[in-house]
Amino acid sequence: MTERPRFSETKLPRTFSGHRGLAHETGLIFEHGREDFSGVDIDPPQDFKPRLGGLERQSPLGLPGLSEPECLRHYVRLSKQNYAIDTGLYPLGSCTMKHNPRLNEKMARLPGFADIHPLQPLSTVRGALELMADLSHWLVTLTGTEAVALTPKAGAHGEMCGMMAIKAAIAARGEAATRKIVLAPESAHGTNPATAASLGFTVRSIPAGENGLVHPETVAAALGPDVAAIMLTNPNTCGLFERDIVEIARLVHEAGAYFYCDGANFNAIVGKVRPGDLGVDAMHINLHKTFSTPHGGGGPGAGPVVLSSRLAPFAPIPFLRRDGDKLTLVEDKEDTQSFGRMAAFHGQMGMFVRALSYILSHGGDGLAMASENAVLSANYLRVCLKDVMSSPFAERLCMHEVLFDDAWMKDSGVTVLDFAKAMIDEGIHPMTVYFPLVVHGAMLIEPTESESAAFLDMFVATLRDLAFSVKNGEVERFTGAPYYAPRTRLDETTAARKPVLTYKAPVGGREPKEA
Amino acid sequence: MRYLPLSPTEREDMLTRMGLAEIDDLFADAADKLLKAPLDLPRHKSELEVERALGALAAKNLAAGAVPFFLGAGAYKHHVPASVDHLIQRSEFLTSYTPYQPEISQGTLQVLFEFQTQVARLTGMDVANASMYDGSTAAAEAVLMAHRVTRRRNALLSGGLHPHYAETARTLSEMANDDIRILPPDPLAQEDLIAQLDDSLSCVVVQSPDVYGHLRDLRPLADACRAKGVLLVAVVTEILSLGLIESPGAQGADIVVAEGQSIGNGLNFGGPYLGLFATREKYVRQMPGRLCGQTLDSQGRRGFVLTLSTREQHIRREKATSNICTNSGLCALAFSIHLSLLGEKGLRELALVNHANAVALAEAIETIPGVKLLNQSFFNEFCVELPGPAAEFVERAAARNLLAGVPASRLSPRAGLDNLLLVASSELNTDADRATLVAALREEAAR
Repeated sequence: MTERPRFSETKLPRTFSGHRGLAHETGLIFEHGREDFSGVDIDPPQDFKPRLGGLERQSPLGLPGLSEPECLRHYVRLSKQNYAIDTGLYPLGSCTMKHNPRLNEKMARLPGFADIHPLQPLSTVRGALELMADLSHWLVTLTGTEAVALTPKAGAHGEMCGMMAIKAAIAARGEAATRKIVLAPESAHGTNPATAASLGFTVRSIPAGENGLVHPETVAAALGPDVAAIMLTNPNTCGLFERDIVEIARLVHEAGAYFYCDGANFNAIVGKVRPGDLGVDAMHINLHKTFSTPHGGGGPGAGPVVLSSRLAPFAPIPFLRRDGDKLTLVEDKEDTQSFGRMAAFHGQMGMFVRALSYILSHGGDGLAMASENAVLSANYLRVCLKDVMSSPFAERLCMHEVLFDDAWMKDSGVTVLDFAKAMIDEGIHPMTVYFPLVVHGAMLIEPTESESAAFLDMFVATLRDLAFSVKNGEVERFTGAPYYAPRTRLDETTAARKPVLTYKAPVGGREPKEA
Repeated sequence: MRYLPLSPTEREDMLTRMGLAEIDDLFADAADKLLKAPLDLPRHKSELEVERALGALAAKNLAAGAVPFFLGAGAYKHHVPASVDHLIQRSEFLTSYTPYQPEISQGTLQVLFEFQTQVARLTGMDVANASMYDGSTAAAEAVLMAHRVTRRRNALLSGGLHPHYAETARTLSEMANDDIRILPPDPLAQEDLIAQLDDSLSCVVVQSPDVYGHLRDLRPLADACRAKGVLLVAVVTEILSLGLIESPGAQGADIVVAEGQSIGNGLNFGGPYLGLFATREKYVRQMPGRLCGQTLDSQGRRGFVLTLSTREQHIRREKATSNICTNSGLCALAFSIHLSLLGEKGLRELALVNHANAVALAEAIETIPGVKLLNQSFFNEFCVELPGPAAEFVERAAARNLLAGVPASRLSPRAGLDNLLLVASSELNTDADRATLVAALREEAAR
């Protein structure tokens, strides 16, 4: 191994402009735009009599305008300050950053999908309804369930949908007043307890066993006539398949409760295991994870919810109904058992098109192979890294993601966060850190099926090198990292203590310098 | 499979290295539930095959751009500059995750900071979040926030609020055992909200322009609300209107929620859209959704981070202000790019063109005997009363390649609004489009 220079010796000369070669800075649009300039050519209307009822705008807007060249340069420069899947490996556990095929983008932009209004007469959107029905068929078949509610707009919205269906079903049984408890394991995503609480349930936390799995005895002990549902992620957030899930489902049903499955990790088992066969009553599917609709820097997502026959009647409006050959959209709650509407219109159509494009491209065979490769790749990383990093479950098969803890870094002076930032210098996006909460200093790695063997090996080699560096006491490599990013570490404490959430100065102005 | 890089040999080698014989050995924990045979589903398809299959479905739909088009009611078609769609497809915007590692996410974060500022200025508020799913869910979240701020659990919703928005808020309120009262549909903007205020209310939710197109003066209502400690939640479903109309913030609203789709984003059959959420500085810690804030890096350079996350589910779990863990990132980017191209000047001009076109259409419709315009005021959308059911008229028009508007009954079935038609007009409508619609209405009135 070649000798690395010490990091304190690698200071680079500063530049006049603040740019560093291809790494350009760009000010805020409010600093370089102009209020009296527009990058859109519009012919002002001829004289006409406004009918604004005396509510014409009096207050100034303070919005800058950019010409098209300025606009492109601004956003292209900004884009280059982002890491992306197309740039490199993005092993965020639980987030599933897989390749986003561009065919999906092309299909979503067909005018027949992108340029139709949600309230056009149904006779003019037959193809859109068919697409929704086709996607539904795939989702129901792949999950072995009865029905699917397409409207939820993201995973957490899907959770809300599933839990509202459960609440409605319980109310229909006349048990709304008594069943107020929702069980959720400590390893659950934060959205699970947040969802349950927002619907008026009380959350009862159940501990995971030492092997990272939920034990039937623990569930049995927590169940009772006051329990409405259990919310369980499978494969769970430790990357493990809940071995006793069928038994847990049986106990839950026996106690008169429902089984909500957080489907965030469905991508590990598509085409291999059907959640419906495990006793799941409701599960959301993150189309942006499992079916690769792009994450777009934080959204939009889509979170259709598959439902068992016990919950299907309570699905939200609107839903599709097939009368013979004809598909209709039921938009009126009257005469249904639906719990109601949870958003305007009919769901994330743009995401449905992308997801179906991904699904058709893979087919039943390709979807199963994608799951296999995701699980294979995660296990490969586990085997290749377990001698240098520690994992509570190192010797156990994992599913699509592998969990390490920070026991191996103890007393090194390097934290999990430092380690993550050093990965940035190596051109790799960090894994998910400090989640799940059940493991100390969690590092959750999800390579997905999109990585080649060469990239996986490069990832392994890099992480091993970093791990050796930790063990050799090369603390600076970590505590000062990242050195090679558009920004060094940002002061998040001040950001939260004295929040600056908008630009305060006028257009073209400069904000007063901090004292 | 073109998307799966591991070759059969590489799969074999990796399995061997793990000491496993076959791929299903990886699924040992699920062994008894593993599917024994492949599901009855089609095999994988080439790009060309997928294009054919989906192209055939797309071809069965009537695209708005192909015909004279007058639909609104919460989703609007405007011209979007070509550079917007190009920029949002940059890999680094399209295929990045939520900016949890700020050092390598400054692109997304700076965009969000600029977006929040644009939204705050447009709505006349102090702060805005990094966006929500859509306008309807943002409105429902506003009600919940008003409950938190006022420690009351009782909301009053105007009859001019988009019925989908009202239903969305009602579903959530019923589920959380909160009280909610939705006033009956108000196509003539005659309801007296001030008379219904009392100090048990957490908020009043009012839309302007309302779903029937009427512009509502929020100022007297804002004063009355303040006197009773009730928050005024203003809803805007056509955000372009704020280029021409006084901002809800300047009219005294406490929370402004809006559908941002009409700037930068297409119709997409209803989603994905863009929820805008803005409020006063003093309520910022009660806001739902992501917030981006400005800070400095360790070298003193300006940078941006997600902040105030102690409100959010991944930290607070069951005590979070909302379960939301998404924003409409890419839609917010499209909005922000389009708005930065328009600027103040372009936004005002575009809004003016929309209003002028709507006025021209309204004036032509007012000359048709038997068809009645219900609005005194409007921005780019209004409500007309036909002599017969609007849904039937719309169907007949569609059969002749005219998308004439939204029947009010589509949004409020069984409310006795069968003859009402919502008509929106934008910069896209030509004189010929208007003439086509006016002729069809004239024919309808003469039936």
